[in-house]
Amino acid sequence: MSPRAVVEGALAAGLDLIAVTDHNTTENAAAVTGAAAGTGLAVLPGIELTTAEEVHILGLFDAGADLGPFQAEVFRNLPDLPSKQKFVEDQVLVDAEDYVTGFSPRCLFGATLFPVREAVELIHAHGGLAIASHIDREAFSLVSQLGFIPPGLGLEAVEVSPHADAAAARETLGVDAGLPIVRFSDAHKPDEIGAAATDLLIASPTLAEIRMALAGQAGRKVVQP
Amino acid sequence: MTLTDLATRLELTVFTPGIPLDRPVQGGYASDLLSDVIGHARKDDLWVTMQVHPNIVAVAVLKELTAIVLVGGRVPAVETLAQAEREKVPVLGTGAGAFELCGKLYGMGVRGG
Repeated sequence: MSPRAVVEGALAAGLDLIAVTDHNTTENAAAVTGAAAGTGLAVLPGIELTTAEEVHILGLFDAGADLGPFQAEVFRNLPDLPSKQKFVEDQVLVDAEDYVTGFSPRCLFGATLFPVREAVELIHAHGGLAIASHIDREAFSLVSQLGFIPPGLGLEAVEVSPHADAAAARETLGVDAGLPIVRFSDAHKPDEIGAAATDLLIASPTLAEIRMALAGQAGRKVVQP
Repeated sequence: MTLTDLATRLELTVFTPGIPLDRPVQGGYASDLLSDVIGHARKDDLWVTMQVHPNIVAVAVLKELTAIVLVGGRVPAVETLAQAEREKVPVLGTGAGAFELCGKLYGMGVRGG
């Protein structure tokens, strides 16, 4: 998915706010932010971290955040795998005009060395929101890998797949009453953009507002997961 | 067969020295997906895994597993050990991979479900 295709897809789907959450990298988020400039679409940089247990944890960051130190820490903890991996698609680095500017040499599909708790702490240390991805899925989810949601993780929310029933998921997956459930498209291809979205009552599309909505503070809230 | 016999014959590392190993091993289960273990392991199974997260102890308690064996030289997280000691769940380890260990266990008569 190129930055322009992502922005076009998001606008066509009627979305106001998206986050770019590539596996284990934030490197391409700025290109999408650039591609969205002037369109009215808000873009937050993010990541989908793979923990040591092979749990996917989303990190969402402020639009202006300097994620260099965060990314360096992730790469220090992402083991290098043999580069001749025929089954790996090209891991391109791009700019806002869709030009390929380079290739990420890291095997981004690998698991980092961070246990899930450290992954959450790392995201928090860099000012981000930590959300467990697609907890209803049978692979790479907090529940599939660890059987149940570990208590006291400090997550801001948990996410369910586009077609999951959020109320049923809360029951069957044992999501605490205080932990909000959100739903994202997890789009890997342009036609999946907007397959699901979460309605938030917020004053502006910023990380601070999302944080308040997830915490149910100051009148902000998750309207419809 | 008791856990003591197995631990001795397979030269397993014992991470929880305070917990007695004189308990029966009725069978074995190998999986790194805790949701799968919750679904399919049986009481008194020896559980072979490379997961070291504290949740493994909770799953072992829930399923009344006889012990956890960490493979591939994995070392339990500090929190995992503390919880194992509290819950009296033996945690052992081996440098061998899951395939090797399960083969040896099978050769000693331990069966899966």
